[in-house]
Amino acid sequence: MSEETNPLRDAIREAIAENPVILFMKGTPEQPMCGFSARTAAALQALDAPFAAVDILPDPRIRQELSALSNWPTIPQLFVRGELIGGADIVAEMYESGELADVLGVERPAQPEPAAEAADGSAPLSIENRLG
Amino acid sequence: MATSEELKQRIEAALPGASAEVSGDDGQHFQAVVVAPQFEGLSRIAQHRLVMDVFAGELGGSIHALSLQTKVASAAK
Repeated sequence: MSEETNPLRDAIREAIAENPVILFMKGTPEQPMCGFSARTAAALQALDAPFAAVDILPDPRIRQELSALSNWPTIPQLFVRGELIGGADIVAEMYESGELADVLGVERPAQPEPAAEAADGSAPLSIENRLG
Repeated sequence: MATSEELKQRIEAALPGASAEVSGDDGQHFQAVVVAPQFEGLSRIAQHRLVMDVFAGELGGSIHALSLQTKVASAAK
């Protein structure tokens, strides 16, 4: 068997490519199994940003392959448009500063003065994706 | 078991000129604030990677979590 045949890694790569915002976490947004995953999912939810979530717990290989792909050792991991944004700390920092909203293309929360009307009428979509 | 003092020393040894403040007493969960000149011009991801690389293989394992905040050391010093 060739090492290059790695269906799980391909599936993870595809999930990252196909979902503009995807969070790999322990548990689910509704039932996070780790405080760091909970905080990260909560930040996305607070911004009303649609995101796909993958629970890495059902199979330890998911995490193994994910970290090999992303070169990032810990969970959670947030990807936006195919790029690793960061884990819990970076997402929290960017949420606080408003950068997360910018990256996600949503309105910053609690803006003192509403910015110019966003004429972007893209319908919100809610995807829940699970591997494994 | 790792101690916060040990983590501090390893970070500062790996990133010359850096200063790290590390807390955490349970041997598995740590919080660190790292100020380093090496962060200059790097994205947050890249800054965090520099620090996490110091503990490659241990993060998520024997070190369950390292909460990280990185700051660029001001050039004037």
